Amino acid sequence: MTNISLDQIGQSRMWYQYAAEIQGEGKSEDEIVAFRDAWDFRNVLLVEQPNGDFAQTIFRQFLYDTYSVHFYEMLMNSNDEQLAAIAAKSHKEALYHVKWSGDWVIRLGDGTEESHQRMQQAIDELWSYAGELTKPNQTEVKALEAGYGVDLEVLKEKRDAQIKEVLTEATLEIPESTYAHEGGKDGTHTEHLGYILADLQFLQRAYPGQEW
Amino acid sequence: MGADKNDTNPLINQSTVYQILESVTDPEIPVISIRDLGIVRDVMVEDDFVEVVITPTYSGCPAMLEIEKNIHNSLKKSGIDQFKITTVLSPAWTTDWMTEKGMQKLKAYGIAPPNPTNPEDIECPQCGSHNTELLSEFGSTACKSLFRCKDCLEPFDYFKCH
Repeated sequence: MTNISLDQIGQSRMWYQYAAEIQGEGKSEDEIVAFRDAWDFRNVLLVEQPNGDFAQTIFRQFLYDTYSVHFYEMLMNSNDEQLAAIAAKSHKEALYHVKWSGDWVIRLGDGTEESHQRMQQAIDELWSYAGELTKPNQTEVKALEAGYGVDLEVLKEKRDAQIKEVLTEATLEIPESTYAHEGGKDGTHTEHLGYILADLQFLQRAYPGQEW
Repeated sequence: MGADKNDTNPLINQSTVYQILESVTDPEIPVISIRDLGIVRDVMVEDDFVEVVITPTYSGCPAMLEIEKNIHNSLKKSGIDQFKITTVLSPAWTTDWMTEKGMQKLKAYGIAPPNPTNPEDIECPQCGSHNTELLSEFGSTACKSLFRCKDCLEPFDYFKCH
C-alpha cells in the first residue's frame, strides 16, 4: 500500500506542478497544497473517508482505482498535451493498483465468513460515495466540451462493469441504492478533510517555506 | 569561467557525455546505470552547452531526485559546467527501454529482469528454475514485485514489466 501511496504522491505532484504553471502566479506546488483550506480543495468525498478496518481501506482504494484507471486511460486522448502525458504515465501505475485492490476484494469477499461479512459491510458503508466520482460538475462539463476532459458517462459504464465483474467473483452484492453523497468537487467536504489537512499542512503552516 | 566562443572544448561531444552518464547508477540498484535502465532519453551538445533529457521510471520514484543530483555532479566532475537537465513525461518510460546488458546485470545482482513475452513465467535469478510463484504484487520498491522459487525456496525480487 505504501507503493501505491508513493505512485499517487508522484501523480499528485505532476498535477500540482502543472496547476501551478497554468495558474502563473509564481506559486510552487507545495504552496498550493499547504496554504489552502478545506473549502478550496476539490477532491471527491470518497478519498477523505477514514481508513476504518482493512476491508474499508481496501474498498475505498478499489473504488478510487476503478475510477482512476479508466479516467487516465480516457484522458490520454485529451487535446492538452501535458494532461495526456501525465495521464499516460499514471495509467500504467493505476493498472497495478486496481489489480492489487481488486485481488484483495476477491480474497476477502470469497474468504472466510468473517472476511466476507466485513467486506460486504465496507461496500454498504462506502457505496454512497461511488456516485460522485462519475457525476460531472460544471468544470468537468466545460473540460469535456473543450476537448481536454473526459466523458464521465462513458467512464461510468466501464467502471461499473469492472466493479460488477470483481464483486461477482468475490461473491459480494452491489447495494441497490444509488444515493450519492456529493459536494466535494465544489468544495463542500465531510468533517474528515479538516483533520487530514491539519496533519498534512502542520509543518508548512508552523514554519512557512521550510525545506529539508 | 566564462565560455569563450572560440574556446570550445573539443572533448565534449554526445558520446563523451553518454560515457559520463554510464557512471551514474540507480541508487536503489547500484549495479545498473541510468542508461541501461532507459532513463536517459537524449543528449544534445551545442558548442559547450549540454542538455541531458531524462524521464522518470515511476512518477513517485524517490530515486529520481537523487539521480538528477548524481547526473549534475558527474557532469561537473568531468569539467562540464554549462548544462541543463530536462525531465520529459512523454512517451512514458517502459522497461522495454532497458538494455540487454542492464537485464544481465540485474539478474547477476539477484533481481529477475522483466519478462515482456510471458509475465507469468519468471525465472529464479538464483537457480534458474521457472517453478516460481508471486508472493506480493509489490516488493521493496514500486518497480518490483516479490516472488519465491519453489525449487531452491529462495525469495527474490522481480523487476516488473512496465
